[in-house]
Amino acid sequence: MNISLVIELTILALAIFLGFEVISKVPAMLHTPLMSGTNFIHGIIIVGAIIVLGEADDTFLKVVGFVAMVLATANVVGGWFVTDRMLEMFKRRPEPRQESTEK
Amino acid sequence: MISDPDVIGLLYLVTIVCFILALRFLSSPKHARRGNWLGGVGMLIAIATTLSLDGIGNWVLIAIGAAIGSVVGVVGARRVKMTAMPQMVALFNGVGGGAAALVALAEFHIASGGLSSDAIVSTVLSALIGSISFAGSLVAFAKLQELISGRPITFPGQNVFNIAVLGGAVALGIALVAGVDDQWLLWALVVLALVFGVLFVLPIGGADMPVVISLLNAFTGLAASATGFVLDSTVLIVAGMLVGASGTMLTLLMAKAMNRSVTNVLFGAFGQVQAGVGQVRADDGRTVRATTPEDVAVQLSFARKVIVVPGYGMAVAQAQHDTRQLAELLEEKGVEVRYAIHPVAGRMPGHMNVLLAEANVPYDALKEMDEINPEFPQTDVALVIGANDVTNPAARSDTSSPIYGMPILDVDKAASVIVMKRSMNPGFAGIDNELYLEPQTTMLFGDAKDSVVKLIAAVKAT
Repeated sequence: MNISLVIELTILALAIFLGFEVISKVPAMLHTPLMSGTNFIHGIIIVGAIIVLGEADDTFLKVVGFVAMVLATANVVGGWFVTDRMLEMFKRRPEPRQESTEK
Repeated sequence: MISDPDVIGLLYLVTIVCFILALRFLSSPKHARRGNWLGGVGMLIAIATTLSLDGIGNWVLIAIGAAIGSVVGVVGARRVKMTAMPQMVALFNGVGGGAAALVALAEFHIASGGLSSDAIVSTVLSALIGSISFAGSLVAFAKLQELISGRPITFPGQNVFNIAVLGGAVALGIALVAGVDDQWLLWALVVLALVFGVLFVLPIGGADMPVVISLLNAFTGLAASATGFVLDSTVLIVAGMLVGASGTMLTLLMAKAMNRSVTNVLFGAFGQVQAGVGQVRADDGRTVRATTPEDVAVQLSFARKVIVVPGYGMAVAQAQHDTRQLAELLEEKGVEVRYAIHPVAGRMPGHMNVLLAEANVPYDALKEMDEINPEFPQTDVALVIGANDVTNPAARSDTSSPIYGMPILDVDKAASVIVMKRSMNPGFAGIDNELYLEPQTTMLFGDAKDSVVKLIAAVKAT
């Protein structure tokens, strides 16, 4: 996969605008799950860790790759579970107690 | 084994779409959880695709590493208390940043001089930002976990020294980009970046942690994105940048909620406690009036509208469940109860919402500052539980106050204000609160949990 630098930079620029656009729609109420959710997403570095460790042919690379693998997996797994745990707690007011919304 | 680069690229594209949708679904608590599941699916696709790439071996090591990481991750995520969420997020920022820096180091080692100049730039950035994020996050973790003092740690010439360390790291990076090919330069850069990471978080006080955690979150995202350039991986570039955008946005939001610039937070060493801690100046004849749970219970029971203003003090005392009970009891008596959430209530963005959600407070009762402030003048009782600086009217009027200009909850506009507080100690910012001297304010001293439990009993008896 050899894409030219210019295309990568184009993708990067679009991702910046997309990121701000999507994140600005997240209500303040969900900012903590947003942080742990993005924690989970930067766990995508696991792709790099797998490549390094999977292709490692000397001891140095094996050690570095292994540590990266442990850290990245903890990041992915922990980030996901903790986000799920939090989001599960957000519940609406039960229907019968619903008051007329005053505005 | 998948060897067609187009198929691989498309699979990674599916992951990117899943991540974007996961963030999009976070726009409402209704379907946020589904979004997280979608993100999980995306991650699994990316992992499976990477594992099936040509030339991947060392399966045993990969499996062991994944197993250890998974156990650590699951146990950590299950055990962590919601009050400890900021530490947890700091820790995940740290491990992510560390992993990014390690991948950069490894790629530099593999290429041993064969990297193109743009790949070297990305490698240097990834190693630099990843290391700062790793070390900084660990210090933030230690501060939040109270392994080290949460107070700012300062020494003379600190800013100059910090800038020198960072400058040194950047200079090494420039040397590498300029073509000096030596493994040790990159190692030295990593060491300096680690030192800088420690140094730049140390002087930041506990109250400013929301800004720092958000910033470190952004750093880790940027480090992952830079690694994407080294590996020519679009999924890393995009996913990393999404995190970078999110972290940057939260950093700016938090700084705005405290009416301070990001540079001021990072280099201002705010939070020095002023002399005369614990003394509210009552020199103009106004005094603090204490009240009893019974009196408060009567006030609450006969109110039409009550706004609860929870602060971190409530969470520390673990009073959120009892607070919810009290609110339910009042609602049964026909009192309208709302919760006013300041953007920096708690120790990270949105922290208070999570703590209240854990206590089964329905999220539609939680109101953000801009939404609830116009309601205070029509409110009979504002019940402030363990919140301090975010209610201080000095932020509106006193130009000499360190928090002047910070948007606050207009608690003082309510007909009466009850402040539940352990003692007269100032809040995190170390500033006296004028609110306590206002004629409509009464103080209910004691541990927040004890006081709320007493209130529940008293309300039941009313």
